[in-house]
Order: sequence, then C-alpha cells, then structure tokens
Amino acid sequence: MKPKLRVENVYKIFGDHPEQALEGLKQDKSKIEIFEETGQTVGVQDVSFDVREGEIFVVMGLSGSGKSTLVRTLNGLIPPTYGKILLDEDDVASCSAERLRKVRREKITMVFQHFALFPHKTVADNAAYGLKIKGEGAASRRKKALAALEQVGLAAYADSYPGELSGGMQQRVGLARGLATDPQVLLMDEPFGALDPLIRREMQEELLHLQKKLKKTIIFITHDLNEALLLGDKIAIMKDGRFVQVGTAQEIVDNPADDYVAAFVGDIDRGRVFDAAHVAERPITVELGEKGAAEKALELMEEHNRNALYVVDRDRIAGLVTYQELAVAAREEGRTDLSEVLVTDVPTVARETPLNELYGAASAGYPIAVADKRGRLSGVIETEAVFSQLSGEDNDAATAATNDAELSAKEGERQ
Amino acid sequence: MISPADLVQIPLDDWVNSFVRDFLVPNFRPFFRAMQTPVTAVLGWLDAFFHWLPMLVFTAGLTLIAWRTAGRGVAIFTLVALVFIDMIGLWSETMTTLSMIITSVLFCAIIGIPLGIWSARSDRVLFVVRPILDIMQTIPSFVYLVPIVMLFGVGMVPGIIATIIFALPPIIRLTNLGIRNVRADLIEAAEAFGSTRWQMLWEVQFPLALRTIMAGLNQTLMLALSMVVIAALIGAGGLGLTVYTGLGRLNVGAATAGGIGIVLLAIILDRITQSLGEKNAVRSPSLWQTLRSMMALGKSGDEEKAGKAA
Repeated sequence: MKPKLRVENVYKIFGDHPEQALEGLKQDKSKIEIFEETGQTVGVQDVSFDVREGEIFVVMGLSGSGKSTLVRTLNGLIPPTYGKILLDEDDVASCSAERLRKVRREKITMVFQHFALFPHKTVADNAAYGLKIKGEGAASRRKKALAALEQVGLAAYADSYPGELSGGMQQRVGLARGLATDPQVLLMDEPFGALDPLIRREMQEELLHLQKKLKKTIIFITHDLNEALLLGDKIAIMKDGRFVQVGTAQEIVDNPADDYVAAFVGDIDRGRVFDAAHVAERPITVELGEKGAAEKALELMEEHNRNALYVVDRDRIAGLVTYQELAVAAREEGRTDLSEVLVTDVPTVARETPLNELYGAASAGYPIAVADKRGRLSGVIETEAVFSQLSGEDNDAATAATNDAELSAKEGERQ
Repeated sequence: MISPADLVQIPLDDWVNSFVRDFLVPNFRPFFRAMQTPVTAVLGWLDAFFHWLPMLVFTAGLTLIAWRTAGRGVAIFTLVALVFIDMIGLWSETMTTLSMIITSVLFCAIIGIPLGIWSARSDRVLFVVRPILDIMQTIPSFVYLVPIVMLFGVGMVPGIIATIIFALPPIIRLTNLGIRNVRADLIEAAEAFGSTRWQMLWEVQFPLALRTIMAGLNQTLMLALSMVVIAALIGAGGLGLTVYTGLGRLNVGAATAGGIGIVLLAIILDRITQSLGEKNAVRSPSLWQTLRSMMALGKSGDEEKAGKAA
C-alpha cells in the first residue's frame, strides 16, 4: 500500500550556509561541534519515514530534539533545507506557495500546543476558520463547524469566546478547528502538553475514540513516552534532530535500540504497552466429544508440564480441566467423561486487552483463555508469563542463562 | 580664535531657498494643489454639515454617543461642555474646528494605517519609515509652515495639511506596533490553515491589533487638536483663530474662551475615542454579534425552540 505521507531524507539547518553543516554531519560531528565551527544550527537531520493512511505516527523526543521543527516541515511552515515530503503526489518541500496553500486548505491541518485559538472569534468561528479561508459560505461553514464541535462535545459553547473556556476545552476547539475542513492529515504538535494530567488522559482517550471513527492520518508530537506508547501505531524516538528508533510500542519497549531509548523505556508502565496476544501461547487443546479425550488430556498435560488444559467444542471454548481433578476422576473412579470435571466458568479476555487488565482474570488461578473476535480460542496465557513480561526481565533472564551456559562451556573447554 | 566658519561657509539657507522657490514651487505647485482637492472636498462637506446641524441636535447626538461608548459620566460632561461652549458664543468656531480635526484625523488614518501595516510586514519599509517619523516628530511645526504656505497657499486646507503632517506619526507607529505584536502562534495557526496574506491581515492581524491602532488614533486626534492654534497662523479658522486674534490684540478674554473651547472639545473627543479603543478588544465582536442576532431575531428564536423540542 502506498503511504499517505512519505518523508525522505529531510534536513533542516538554520543558518546561511547549510552546506557547511551538511559537510560536518557527513563527518559524524555532533550538533554542538557543528554550531561551534560553522555557526549553523542543525534542527533536523536525515529523517525519513512513511505514514500509512489512518495511522497515528508519534514522534517522541525531549525539548530541543527537533520534533517541533520536523512537524512544521510537514506542512511547510518551516521549509526543509534538503529532502522531500510527499503528501500523495505533492512535494510539500518544493511546491509553489499557491499549491502549498491549497494543500494546507484541503489536506493537512494542525493542532497547536498552546491552542493558538483566535481570541477575537467565537468558538464556532474559530472552528470554522479553515472553512472561511477556503471561501465556504457562512451557512455551510457554521453547519460544519458545529458538527466538528459536536464531535469534541463542545457544540453548546459555539457562541462563547475561547477566553471563557478551560484549557482542555480550548484544545478541543483546536481539535475541532483542525477537523472541520475534513483534512486527510492532522498534525498535532504536543497538543496535550499544556494540559494537566487528568485532562490529558481524558483527551488521549477521546482522541483514540475519535480516531476509530475518523481514521485520519495523524502525526502526533509529544515529549511523554507513555502518551506515545498509548496513542502511536508507530513511534519514532527523536534525539538531536535524528530518529533513534522507529517501531511499534511493543518493539520499542521490548528492544530499545540504544541506551538512550532504554533509559526512557525503563520506567514506563509495561502493563499498558503489551496486550494479551503478546504473552499468549498457542493453545494446546482437546476436543470435548473426542474419543479417549480424558487420557489424551492427561498425556498432553504431562508432556507439556501443565496443570490445566482447555477443552474446545468445535469452535467454542467449552471450558478447562485441571490435571488434579481429571486424574482423580479417571484413575480412581474410572470415569472418562470430560464434561463431568469441566470447569466452564473460565477467565476469557480479548487479544488486545492490555496486560494491566489481566489481573482479575489471573486471580482465578487458571490459565487465561484468549478469544478472538468470533469467540474462538486463539491462545492461552499462563499467569507466570504476565508477570515476567511486566517485569521486563524475561529477555534478560534468558540472556543471563545463555551467558552462564557459555561460561560453563568455556570452563569445560579449559579443563 | 579660528573657527571652521573662517575656512568654509555653507549657505544652507540659500540652497533651501533656491530648491523650494526655483524648483519645487514652479514645477510641483499644480501637483500639490491637486493633492489638496480631496481634503477640500471632505472639509467642505463636513463643515457645511456641522454648521447646518442645529446645536441641540448635535449636542443630543454626541451626548448619546458618549453615553453608549464611555458611560454616563462622560455623557453628562459632554452635555454640559457643549452647552457651555454655546453659551460663551463659540459654537460656530467649535464646529469649524471639529470639522478640521475630523478631516485631519480621517486623512491621517487613510494614510497612516496602511503605511503602518506595510511597515509591520516589511522590515525594509520600517527601516525607511522610522527615521522619517522621527524627523516629523522632532521638527518644530513652525519650520514646515513656510514651505506649506508656498506650496499650498494660505487658508483652511493648508492648515489641515500642516496638522496631518504633525499628527500622522502616532497612528503609523502604533499600527506597526499593534500588528507586529500579534502573537506569533496565532500567525502560525492562520498560516497553517492556508491563509493568504490578505486573509491573515483581515482575519487575524488587524482585529487583534485594533486596540493598539485605536490608541494610535486617539493620540493622533490629540495632536491634531494641539495644532489648531498653529494652523490658525496660516489662515485656518475656528477656535484656533479666536485664540490667535486674542493673542494679537492682547484680548485675554477671547484667547481664554477659545482655549477653554479647545480643551473641552479635546476632553470629549479623547474620552469617547479612548473608550472605543478599550471596548474594542473585548466587546467589538459581541457588539457585532448583537447586531447580527438582532437582524436574525426571529430565526434564532425558532432555532432555540427547535433545539428544545429536539
């Protein structure tokens, strides 16, 4: 699939002699060295990425990492020094001012950190700004603005002024203004950065909720890794104007590219990043009606060293049997009918349930069933797997083990 | 003692004389004469209007305006002041001065606001405009009265032109300042939605700078008022002339009366324009909104009902 937005080798160098800075970058010099030697400030260096339609692409970095500069190159507010920014067939970096205006009016809008609402216009007129600029008539403008405000739950405030609203509400207006022209791409420059934590959380969830309906292509800038992990279909970590790592939330948390990323990832809530599917194992099951099911179940449990086993009835999850009960029933009482010892009240979760919502299910003491959308068993989660993923030490433990093995092997060689 | 003047003497006055007399006046007089046509037209119309308007109607009107914009106190002051001016027998002169002032301020705004906007949008323009404004503000007004008389003759209109030159700088400066002080993130937002330069000016910069621009207009108005006596030197009439003739004949009573008239007029105009500027920042849109909702009263009522029904 063709990406909606393709960024190719974008550089932004502030100063009169960008070629000097470029030369410095080729020699692997740092931003500071380049500034000291040439007086050029490197804002963004060699950034490339693709964003697919309907995807939320989050750029996360600390202040001064160039993320705000980068997002401004995407709609030409800051023209990049080198590189291409392809939005469909338009190259934002090199097209004419006329064309750029058209792109901004029709395809790409922006939501700002400090809201940037026009204080002299009503909420509805703020939301309708893009439409007015496009030259739409007053009636249709008002209608569309109200519809956009409706989406963010502020239709009742249409005739208030921004100064009369709280920060969270103001940013909703900012979002409504961005959505009113029905753009394909929405740039969000730390939109929730100026809000207090509770409101921020609320806005994040609302954005996700809206996105399910709207399916916009969103470039989201943030300095908050938790926010990035929550919202991003794909996340780029930016440092000194460069992308350090690009990947999904799970990829970044599981395999940080370097110490810088690892330091960030260190104290995030892993329970929110990983979902049930991530720790689920391929289910080992027996059919409810199968011949000799009980014996087979016992064998399987012994073979895989399990205490419980899921039983399926064609597509459905029928329940689970525990080794203990099944063994008692089969050996001592000679009964081989699974249905008599079947536990039907089994903990079941969806594939995308985050780990931090599995605790309740895990408390039953049974492995957790992971069901797909049609209710079929797609995996089983052993409770230990949840904890080892949460602790983030499963990989480390494994490496430690191999290291030990290698060490002893070497020692063996010496002897 | 030796001084540089013993070596070289510069006949600056002769140079200027010959420049103005032999070059500017013969070649450009028709041009300058043509320039005053619009001023003459506006002044003639305003002067005729104010002299036609009965005193009581004018007083009632201005009091009403003062009440709506600046509140009850200013309205009462306006009423009393205007009645007082009429009683000391200076009504006609006051109307002449008022039409002169309004004409000057109108032309100051017509010239000054666009120039202010232009210099706000281009550093190069500001670089040229700023020293000119400095000169205009520091040069004593008597100095340019002479060339004005030579180029435009004497009378009301040359007086107004001198007033325009004197009163123009604040409106340019404050328009420039107001536009430049519009928050950068708002400019960025306007740009991000694809505004053209005109749309940016009209939708964002001008409305947000309006308060500062109004302050500039107020300053211009005050400077124009302070010029009325000087303008009378070159033949402008009105209250300035009353003061000037009072001065010439050592008629301290007439001079005082004229002076009081000027001060009263100044206070009224100052209060009204100041409150216009202050209210503009917060109330102007809602005022517009009020007007609009008044126009569409029936409709919005229906909408409300529909909303309740839904």
